[in-house]
Amino acid sequence: MFDNLTQRLSQVVKTLRGEARLTESNVQEALREVRMALLEADVALPVVKDFITHVREKALGQEVMGSLTPGQALVGVVHRELAALMGGANSTLDLATQPPAIILMAGLQGAGKTTTCAKLAKWLNEQQKKKVLLVSCDVYRPAAIHQLETLARHLGAGFFPAGEGQRPLDIAAAALDHARRGYFDVLIVDTAGRLHVDEAMMQEIRELENTLNPVETLFIVDAMQGQDAVNTAKAFADALPLTGVILTKLDGDARGGAALSVRQVTGRPIKFAGVGEKMNGLEAFHPERMASRILGMGDVLTLVEEVQRSVDRNEAEKLAKKFKAGKGFDLEDFKAQMQQMRKMGGLASMMDKLPAQVSQAAQGAQVGDKQVARIEGIINSMTPKERRNPDIIKASRKRRIAAGAGVTVQEVNRLLNQFEQTQKVMKLVSKGGMAKMMRNLKGVLPGPR
Amino acid sequence: MLSFLKSGNEPKAPAEEKAGWGVRLRQGLARTRQRFGHQIGTLFAAHRKIDEELYEELEAILLTSDVGVEATSHLLEELRRHVKRDALDDAVQLKAALKRALEGLLAPLAQPLDTADHKPFIIMLVGVNGAGKTTSIGKLARHFQSQGKSVLLAAGDTFRAAAREQLAAWAERNNVAVIAQEKGDSAAVIYDAITAARARDIDVVLADTAGRLVTQLHLMDEIRKVKRVIDKAEPGAPHEVLLVLDANTGQNALNQVKAFDAALGVTGLVVTKLDGTAKGGVLAAIARSRPVPVRFIGVGEGLDDLRPFDAAEFVDALFD
Repeated sequence: MFDNLTQRLSQVVKTLRGEARLTESNVQEALREVRMALLEADVALPVVKDFITHVREKALGQEVMGSLTPGQALVGVVHRELAALMGGANSTLDLATQPPAIILMAGLQGAGKTTTCAKLAKWLNEQQKKKVLLVSCDVYRPAAIHQLETLARHLGAGFFPAGEGQRPLDIAAAALDHARRGYFDVLIVDTAGRLHVDEAMMQEIRELENTLNPVETLFIVDAMQGQDAVNTAKAFADALPLTGVILTKLDGDARGGAALSVRQVTGRPIKFAGVGEKMNGLEAFHPERMASRILGMGDVLTLVEEVQRSVDRNEAEKLAKKFKAGKGFDLEDFKAQMQQMRKMGGLASMMDKLPAQVSQAAQGAQVGDKQVARIEGIINSMTPKERRNPDIIKASRKRRIAAGAGVTVQEVNRLLNQFEQTQKVMKLVSKGGMAKMMRNLKGVLPGPR
Repeated sequence: MLSFLKSGNEPKAPAEEKAGWGVRLRQGLARTRQRFGHQIGTLFAAHRKIDEELYEELEAILLTSDVGVEATSHLLEELRRHVKRDALDDAVQLKAALKRALEGLLAPLAQPLDTADHKPFIIMLVGVNGAGKTTSIGKLARHFQSQGKSVLLAAGDTFRAAAREQLAAWAERNNVAVIAQEKGDSAAVIYDAITAARARDIDVVLADTAGRLVTQLHLMDEIRKVKRVIDKAEPGAPHEVLLVLDANTGQNALNQVKAFDAALGVTGLVVTKLDGTAKGGVLAAIARSRPVPVRFIGVGEGLDDLRPFDAAEFVDALFD
């Protein structure tokens, strides 16, 4: 099985070389690969079909620019269209109403509604300086109300308590009253997870919507959802006047084709992406990055932004120089880099965002966050000379280092191996050049090797 | 209101329950059947002859049921081979052949869980966030109780807010004991539970764990540790590592099976939330690329709606 579209297409690209424009015949086979890639990414079949037709029209007759092959040009078109379909620019919450502005959350069981409620409360409080009240109308799942209460207490956000014996409608009305009296800016209403085919439960949330008249009604979707996303989204959109979508669990390894299906069916923008279980794990949704992810092209832009956010500038410049040189990257830098990565949410999440070729080469270097501390310990047990010049570390030095760091020699060996792997990645990155990686984002592939 | 309580609390005679299960499975899978079965039905009604168009439509139906690209092409190849070998020319025969192929693919997965050979029999439940682990434990407790076994729950999800309280509510509903700690880590809670189970002469221990995405490497390390500690508490345990999969999950379910299997050696699957619409297809994808026995499937919100998996029944329910 091919791992991703990038690899699939480099196969096709070979057959497409040397033609000056995209034609019916050379596009056909490539589009079949695109179709497969989208299906494997869990984009719903009807959406895939529409999309392929659309791309074929757009692509035909396109001039193949400069150094590109027709295959590369086609991926460019696919990427652009995917991003465009997923909403163009990212749109945020519209809370312009007489306070309290009400946000109603809806979705299937286990989509991540309660966690997202808490994340949203934190985001509104910190980014928009809003006073937020949380309330849970989930009287069905045991301890669901308690869960939100615990999260609210943890955040220091307001929480409106309710009992599991109450009716959701009554809870919501009482919470609204409380929000008015307490001069809250925003009321976030959590609801029970429900199947879109459960008529009674859908009726219940319709009534909630009617009573509350929320300014935002958000549909919460699990990024791992499969083909059925299209049906659930349609049913929820039919039942409720949705204003937006939040995509959750994007820190997993699902390609997230559900995003495209849901966007297409509801016509509503995806406003946020949920990543991680920590309360600050709510990010603005970026369609063009999601397009890269669905296509398996890596998300270098997010990476760059994260680097900017959390890497100390001087440190980054020093690192960038080493990146470029591809040599002179020593264990001291390796340690610094590990520390930086820890700030950025760990190596794994970083590797996720790199284009497939790079992250594959780097696979040997994957380390968990806890190991980072151990690695630091090992490096700290080396002399400056050893750090600059790891090649001199032979058996006797290894024994000394292992004893110093309180680890086994095998672990020292493993570290040295990882270091070597990383050095390889550095070389790969510098060979392709950062510029080339950036071009990737615009839908251009590095040429097949 | 309280729809899950309604079906859960109605006492049923065992015989009636057994007969009722087939019906309930069919009801639970009704939507899948309506869509899938309906599509297949119209398809075979419209096509008398076996042609390329028919195969293409068939492919679309399988793909939209989350069967996945690989398993779909496998099934279609099987069909084509069959058609050629037996010189089939009638679309109806093709339907039967597809049913057989799907059943053949899924049959190896139907291996019920036997908890008789160890006491206490220790089951560890793992899965991604929101798959339905805690709810499944509630239903599994009921299942084992109905077999006359004593059950103890271990509140090993020490991370998510109120996970402990959720499990305690299920325990109360089933009238079983739950071992939990105010603070402390998953492994410690489960260790305690196993010790308690031995002291109380319990048959089955169900250990909950926190949900984790397979990309969170430190959490995957943590769950390896939990398993090691279980082995320390009771050599040879856990006797079953159940991965809970949400049937709504698309092709990522495969990644989940692979990653949890690599970390823990998954011995069985629980497939939850099969009462929605698409569903089921991902089982074919799993059967194809990483076959792990499907121990239970959940087809409704009632306490009794988690049952052993039967391939023929499952495929029948899809097609009828």
